[in-house]
Amino acid sequence: MMNESRRGFVGKAFGAVAAVGGVASLLAMKKTWDPLPSVMSAGFTTVDLSGLEANKLEIAVWRGKPIFILKYTEDMKPVEGRTVKVGDHYYSVMIGLCTHLGCIPAYRNDEKDFKCACHGGAFTSAGVNSFGPPPRPLDLPPFKIDGTTLVLGEEGPEYKAMMAKA
Amino acid sequence: MAEFKQADSMYEWFDQRLGIDKFLKVMMTEYWIPKNINFLWAMGVLLTVMFTILVVSGIFLLMYYKPDVNMAFDSVNYTIMQEVGYGWLFRHIHAVGASVVFLVIYIHMFTGIYYGSYKKGREMIWISGMLLFVLFSAEGFSGYMLPWGQMSYWAAYVITEIFGGIPLIGGDLVVWIRGNFYVSDSTLTRFFMLHVLLVPLAIIGAIVLHFYALRFPHVNNEAGEFFDFDKESEKYLAGDKKNSKVVPFWPVFLSKDFFVLGFFLLFFFYLVFFHYDFAMDPVNFDKADGLKTPAHIYPEWYFLWSYEVLRGFFFEIAGISGKSLGLIAFAFAQGVFFVLPWLDRSPMVKPANQRPYFKYWFWFLIADLIVLTIFGKLPPTGANAWVGFASSITFLMLFITLPFITRAEAKKVGGK
Repeated sequence: MMNESRRGFVGKAFGAVAAVGGVASLLAMKKTWDPLPSVMSAGFTTVDLSGLEANKLEIAVWRGKPIFILKYTEDMKPVEGRTVKVGDHYYSVMIGLCTHLGCIPAYRNDEKDFKCACHGGAFTSAGVNSFGPPPRPLDLPPFKIDGTTLVLGEEGPEYKAMMAKA
Repeated sequence: MAEFKQADSMYEWFDQRLGIDKFLKVMMTEYWIPKNINFLWAMGVLLTVMFTILVVSGIFLLMYYKPDVNMAFDSVNYTIMQEVGYGWLFRHIHAVGASVVFLVIYIHMFTGIYYGSYKKGREMIWISGMLLFVLFSAEGFSGYMLPWGQMSYWAAYVITEIFGGIPLIGGDLVVWIRGNFYVSDSTLTRFFMLHVLLVPLAIIGAIVLHFYALRFPHVNNEAGEFFDFDKESEKYLAGDKKNSKVVPFWPVFLSKDFFVLGFFLLFFFYLVFFHYDFAMDPVNFDKADGLKTPAHIYPEWYFLWSYEVLRGFFFEIAGISGKSLGLIAFAFAQGVFFVLPWLDRSPMVKPANQRPYFKYWFWFLIADLIVLTIFGKLPPTGANAWVGFASSITFLMLFITLPFITRAEAKKVGGK
């Protein structure tokens, strides 16, 4: 009887130690698969808006995705919930992937709209779907305005206001 | 066996130390296989051989492949294909082999379903086999990423994106799996690790389990007959080979298998040498570009049916988005085959053509899978989308109704 309970105790003690070690190693393995710190810090892209020309599409890359930045001309009207005002100018800031199947639409300066070559979808200069298969407007990336600098990857008040309206 | 006597031969020396005699008996000459089988029972050996061919060709590819986004594409398409002596051969063997291995897996699987080889004691054979199917799928998917062409990249993108549909943790999970916000170098390197080490190790383990699971319930036969293997093997050993219902695995069963294998390998190497292009998508000869989506993305043929189930639901039903419905259906399709032994409520172990209701179910399922496969490759527009929706619904309904169909069958045949 004495032996049995001793063996039982040793077994339980071993089990407890092994469980702690097992959970700890799982955590370590999970951490190993986490994105590296360098990857996380590269998750932000900054764009200086002051040098942009109106009606000329600027494409920045943020987290591997193309980001459309379009400065409006005087006669282009801002769209509530989709246009952001920085200084005296209006801008569209959106993820440049067609919401149909992820192709990258091209900007047509003359028509002032986006046309997708894959399945013919079209978007207005504010990114609202106007023709073809796209089910919704172009998605907006989280951004923050810092003076005339656009920081992609951080949620600023302008972005939150736009999301609230959308 | 504490005392060793002087060995008279090299065989005896080894036998004393490793028990070769006993081992060969258990594994080969006295491992009993039913006599009443056909060529479809050779698929297991075919798969073992195919896996070996994939490992060997993979080892040669591994000597020159570089798992780095800047070097991967050229290491495959320039170094291996043009510089390495017979590098093209090993690549074509590996690519065609990956495709053909799924063809044989499907034949193997549906042979099992047709003859009812998944129930009445054979459940573990079925489950370990399905585990192998899942592991081979992971192996195929991770391997497809490695050449780092456009199809590699976008298949990786779309498939990892699927995990984003899981509630709450989805978004973080996708980033965790990729090791970045998008498919990138970290993604390539970790899937390279999975492809060449972790998944193959798991496959080898699952193969051992699969073979072991066969030992106790034994291999099924063409009539689904249950008999006493001990009695039949005694008959065979006593010399009454004609009346015995079993044959030894080696040399009798394997010699027939090798005959089938001979034909199969002729077909396989015909594909490797003269028709390898079906496993080499032209789109994948453009280097991966995360900023340029190919106009039309589709997986290899063996994933098309489940891909079509995934995208078959393209509109909202009862407030649940099409994307979520597709994901649920996709998860269902991946898991439902595992529980087939419990969905089939009929005790009959018979070939499907002798089962009054199951035979319709079986051929209906095959037809539906073929439709799903065909439409999985077509662009999901117009009528195609509706055919995809109908065949996805049919797939789900087939499995949901199976317990009722088989229960009715059990009643009809009186529990036989």
